[in-house]
Amino acid sequence: MKQFFTFVKKEFYHVLRDRRTLLILFGMPLAQILIFGFALTNEIKNARVVIVDHAKDDASRSLIERISASNYFEIQEDVMDRARMETAFKEGKIKLAILFPANFQHDLRHQNQAPIQLIADASDPNYATTLTNYVSSIIQDYQSELNETVALPYRITPEIRMLYNPQLKGAPNFVPGVMALVLMLVSVMMTAISIVREKETGTMEILLVSPFKPVWVILSKAVPYLILSLVNVLSIVLMSVFVLQLPVEGSWLLLFAESTLFIITCLTLGIFISIKTKSQQVAMLISLMGMLLPTMMFSGFMFPIENMPMPLQVISNIVPAKWFYIIVKSIMIKGLGLAAIWKETLILSGIALFFFVISLRSFKIRLE
Amino acid sequence: MRTIRFLLEKEFRQIFRNRAILILIMVMPVMQLIILPLAADFEVKNINLSVVDHDHSPYSRQLISKITASGYFRLQGYHASLKDAYQLIEEDKVDLALEIPNGFERNLIRENEQQLFIAVNAINGTKAGLGSAYLSSILRDYNQEIRMEWISPTRLQPLPIVEVIPKNRFNPQLNYQFFMVPGILAILLTMVGGFLSALNIVKEKEIGTIEQINVTPIRKHHFILGKLIPFWILGNVVFTLGLVVSWIIYDIFPQGNILAMYGFIWIYLLAVLGFGLLVSTYTDTQQQAMFVMFFFMMIFILMGGLFTSIDSMPGWAKWIAALNPVSYLVEVMRMIILKGSGWAAILSHLGILLAFAVVLNGWAILNYRKTN
Repeated sequence: MKQFFTFVKKEFYHVLRDRRTLLILFGMPLAQILIFGFALTNEIKNARVVIVDHAKDDASRSLIERISASNYFEIQEDVMDRARMETAFKEGKIKLAILFPANFQHDLRHQNQAPIQLIADASDPNYATTLTNYVSSIIQDYQSELNETVALPYRITPEIRMLYNPQLKGAPNFVPGVMALVLMLVSVMMTAISIVREKETGTMEILLVSPFKPVWVILSKAVPYLILSLVNVLSIVLMSVFVLQLPVEGSWLLLFAESTLFIITCLTLGIFISIKTKSQQVAMLISLMGMLLPTMMFSGFMFPIENMPMPLQVISNIVPAKWFYIIVKSIMIKGLGLAAIWKETLILSGIALFFFVISLRSFKIRLE
Repeated sequence: MRTIRFLLEKEFRQIFRNRAILILIMVMPVMQLIILPLAADFEVKNINLSVVDHDHSPYSRQLISKITASGYFRLQGYHASLKDAYQLIEEDKVDLALEIPNGFERNLIRENEQQLFIAVNAINGTKAGLGSAYLSSILRDYNQEIRMEWISPTRLQPLPIVEVIPKNRFNPQLNYQFFMVPGILAILLTMVGGFLSALNIVKEKEIGTIEQINVTPIRKHHFILGKLIPFWILGNVVFTLGLVVSWIIYDIFPQGNILAMYGFIWIYLLAVLGFGLLVSTYTDTQQQAMFVMFFFMMIFILMGGLFTSIDSMPGWAKWIAALNPVSYLVEVMRMIILKGSGWAAILSHLGILLAFAVVLNGWAILNYRKTN
């Protein structure tokens, strides 16, 4: 046992001496939370819109004033012909064009119907749809104001209650995801690289010929990254509570326990990769492409899993981050206990056990 | 000149000797291009619905069939009480619960007004917002249908209606893959260019072979050119491979000026490789280089306007996006591939990228010391 702790101490020295990597390891969750929390949003703000008013009558002016008054758009008024509009779209200068026809007010009053054309740059379909919806709803409001005096009979009014996240904030969705991502990154990549580096630089031989059992060598490499990852979990949760105002509804202890389980799963994955690869570059690329990308894609926090075609949904079941994401959401956002997440916990433990066993099996004492 | 030729020969031999990396570089982009657009579908559909119907009247049944007919919702079942539905929401089996009160049909006609209760799992704010918006609009339609049933159209005062005619340019079918693929090509290019160049030089540092190069009379700029050119070529190869794959699988072919696109890619590669070079001069081990590159790549990709729009970002974030080469690349890719732009549209972007390339490469060369 004393030998084990000596090795762990050595590993800690290695990790702590590498200031640059340490900086990135702690800085990354911070940067991610800041970016996801404050920079990335699916809402529309400052959308570049051009209004082409051929009518210039009272109705069109008042509607245009309405649209400008809302803070979503950056309005530019211009009488553009088709060609100029096309160029403006192509150069990305405008995202939406609103066209009022020449007889707008006249048609509205006398024929009870007047068209407004919205031309959207649909190269980003969701943005275009949301933008069109925003403008349409402003127009709808204007219309119902015109018809205010008529009280519609037989009204069905929906009362909508948003559960767990009444303000529709983005944080509840991505904070668990960032946690999964960062833990996966640190545990898998760092462990894999650190073991393979010893192989590459030749110091692994020295460790292998020592009377110390090789299994303990590997495990001692995993310990510092376990501690590091737990520190990262703490910093992410603290940031989420104090900076994003997203509290932990459930038990902190359970959250940390489950995080430890997930970290151990990732560590075993990293160990497995390190056993199978010979060069650092390959280990890095495999961890990056083989682990990180699938985690980002299939954990469910960036892209909804239910939208994916069936085969991809099946693949997502093998990705440990998917289960961890569900677990963290249940504990942090919904405030549930172990009873609700025992199934996911079992699956994670199963994955960890599986990789641990095959790592043990594949580990060779002699270098090839 | 001859020195560069020899250096290039050495580099290419080393690249081709490393089978694993080569395969990874070729296969990975293809895998990403195939899987990512399939996975990245932000459209809100397949919303799991639970209905708590206390009325069981023809109206409530009509409403429910209208909701399921819309295609956005999947009816998971009828449940006896709201409590049961809440339990299902907690277990993530259901996203939205609709409660129709007892006497709905009768009271709507007699008292002219009825309320429906909708509970939504709002952890995913976008999904909750859009889902409830869809449901509300279906309700409005249904409401109007009932009105038409009871009031003959002539008795309703004619209301002036503003008819909104939406038109979607460049992507009429609102195909999400059109949006993702140019972005993914951009990511691929950036990652291949950035990572490979940084890792390559740092590996030499770590193994010690860089000492051997440093004691030769090879000049700094020869050395750096010798490192840049192979990866520049590799970047072009990966990009072309990506284009071919997106043509075959997604039927996406650049609508605009292909030469303009390649011209931009060439300058962009220089900038990205320069960045990789810069990182390699500041790091000592491959692990460090990897992590630093990854950190910056992650920020670049997230803030590049790939998944969310740059316009919606707050002021400080827009500054970061302006300093981010990836945001220009993504814009140019979308412009040329989807909108059919040409040289004129990308001139300003080209100029900015040129400035990036010069600054980054210059900084890297200045920073690189043959003697320590």
